[in-house]
Amino acid sequence: MSEAEVTREGSLGQRPGREASPGSEGGRRRRRGGRRGERAMVPDAEFRSYYGRPIIKAPTWAATDIAGYLFLGGLAGASSVLAFGAEVTGRPALARAAKAGALGAISLSTAALIHDLGRPERFVNMLRVAKPTSPMSMGSWILVAYGPAAGLAAVTDATGLFRRIGRAATGWTALTGPAVVSYTSVLIADTAVPAWHEAYRELPFVFAGSGAAAAAGLGLVAAPVRETAPARGAAVFGAVLDVAATRLLERRLGPIAEPYRTGRGGRLMRAAQALTVAGAAGAAVFAGRSRAAAALCGGALLAGSACTRFGIFEAGRASAEDPRYTVMVQRGRREPSG
Amino acid sequence: MGRIAGPLDDVAGDAGHIGHPPRMGFFTDTSVCIGCKACEVACKEWNAIPEDGLTFTGMSYDNTQGLGADTWRHVAFIEQRKPLGLQDPGVEHGSYDAYDGVDVLGMASEAAARGGDGDRGELRWLMASDVCKHCTHAACLDVCPTGSLFRTEYGTVVVQEDICNGCGYCVPACPYGVIDQREDDGRVWKCTMCYDRISDGREPACAKACPTDSIQYGPLDELRERAAARVEQLHDAGVDDARLYGDDPGDGVGGDGAFFLLLDEPEAYGLPPDPVVTTRDLPSMWRHAGVAALTLLGGMAAAYAAGRRR
Ligand code: SF4
Ligand code: SF4
Ligand code: SF4
Repeated sequence: MSEAEVTREGSLGQRPGREASPGSEGGRRRRRGGRRGERAMVPDAEFRSYYGRPIIKAPTWAATDIAGYLFLGGLAGASSVLAFGAEVTGRPALARAAKAGALGAISLSTAALIHDLGRPERFVNMLRVAKPTSPMSMGSWILVAYGPAAGLAAVTDATGLFRRIGRAATGWTALTGPAVVSYTSVLIADTAVPAWHEAYRELPFVFAGSGAAAAAGLGLVAAPVRETAPARGAAVFGAVLDVAATRLLERRLGPIAEPYRTGRGGRLMRAAQALTVAGAAGAAVFAGRSRAAAALCGGALLAGSACTRFGIFEAGRASAEDPRYTVMVQRGRREPSG
Repeated sequence: MGRIAGPLDDVAGDAGHIGHPPRMGFFTDTSVCIGCKACEVACKEWNAIPEDGLTFTGMSYDNTQGLGADTWRHVAFIEQRKPLGLQDPGVEHGSYDAYDGVDVLGMASEAAARGGDGDRGELRWLMASDVCKHCTHAACLDVCPTGSLFRTEYGTVVVQEDICNGCGYCVPACPYGVIDQREDDGRVWKCTMCYDRISDGREPACAKACPTDSIQYGPLDELRERAAARVEQLHDAGVDDARLYGDDPGDGVGGDGAFFLLLDEPEAYGLPPDPVVTTRDLPSMWRHAGVAALTLLGGMAAAYAAGRRR
């Protein structure tokens, strides 16, 4: 019966819990034949699920918005570091291009983030609280710390006004830029999505490498050859870090990394690697000689970085949609042999 | 800031509530669920949840499919071939077998055709009413950037719809796939453990509607005791498959506020076998991100150093 007196302090009085025992052999037979209930008949060998339905919910995020956000955030943050270096080493054209790139990318990425909200007009609610347990909250504050300074750095450079303030802003963006690049990896890793969460150790490095490669790509496209030597170095550094961290990720995750190798995610990741490696190699060998070659390599690096982020995004989605990955991770944890 | 993982005795206190009522929860005993879906309906009615599609899935009697923005209680139906013991009619007829001649949906003849030593009941039909687990360490709440999700004085987890901006972060963060975004509305929705009703001293609508007491509502401590006794009772009756799910404060989410008695592995019900709150690893994630950021700075500095030499 469902009668229970429930007060603010809880329910009073014990409910007579139902005592049926479906599937048991019942008292009469048990007395005769002992315990013959439904013990596991066959050990569960194969993977089981509820009609193949996912266990967790895949992100509701749109790829263009959020994978785009990851890419543009990486481009912006790393560009700021590149800009600061260019400024202090006397490479004004590279500095200007990188600052403008950083501002454009961070503006677009913020727009993408807001566009993806179910209630964009409530974006400011992100700044209601500062929650260390929420990478998105921390990220919003990082954007607040970084974005306006990136604007200041680009505008003062373009107009030639307030140079001292501009220099300080550039320095500040070079410090906060790397946080913009790497925090986005925490953003996606701090979910129940197997391909993201399990990769939380490597993803920040993939993102750092991919961001550096993108910023280098932008520098190669936009700055004259005589100033792009550091961008070429950054391209090589970024590509090596990106590819190495991705390899490590795939090796450590084993079967959980399958979505990075198969399907849409796999195709994007392969394209990313080809573009990034070709772009960096080209940058190292040819980009010092001709502007056209530099632009081509820069374009490849930018495209490679974008493919990396979209590939990671798709891999995560695929791993969330197939309950196998969720079970694999959790069973593997419980039974180390699996 | 509260603890992010591990056992936690006083969830509401940890969240800053002083002088709060005891932690309230659900014990859903699936062994007595009859699949009537009264809970689904009562929840929809009480909370004025919109209709979310009338589909025919072919998944046994389950056309609801799963928890979501517009389904806060979901009854799962699982059909299994499993040799079972007989139901005891509770009446002795001597040599007369009360089951003779019964041929419901051909099940008996099928059982006979499969040989067996006179055992009937080859089909096992599991039903289970799923709901938000109101985790001790709730990932949805941890990651919410607006503070829209919060811990109530009852230790439950509730969305404040006037604050949620629909960022959707809580959706992939939940290890149980519970919370979801309502498409035309943009915000996320899930079970509130009937915050309005329990604040008024009433039991949640789903528990109230459940005709078999499969859904039991009450102080969590009391429910845990009752559940332990129930498992023992079932084991004594020969139902060795009976197990509790989500009752252990030492598990990856610190124990569920809404826990279950299951008759099969959690996966069979679409539940994660060993969920862990994602934020448990967050300190390590931040550390890795920090090192990666420094690596980026270092790499760029090296690029400039190399660039100067050229
Ligand atoms: S089950 Fe999911 S939605 Fe419910 S409290 Fe836990 S994390 Fe949040
Ligand atoms: S969708 Fe709403 S409840 Fe969920 S994390 Fe974002 S703001 Fe919080
Ligand atoms: S407690 Fe209330 S909101 Fe939650 S499932 Fe039951 S009826 Fe729905």
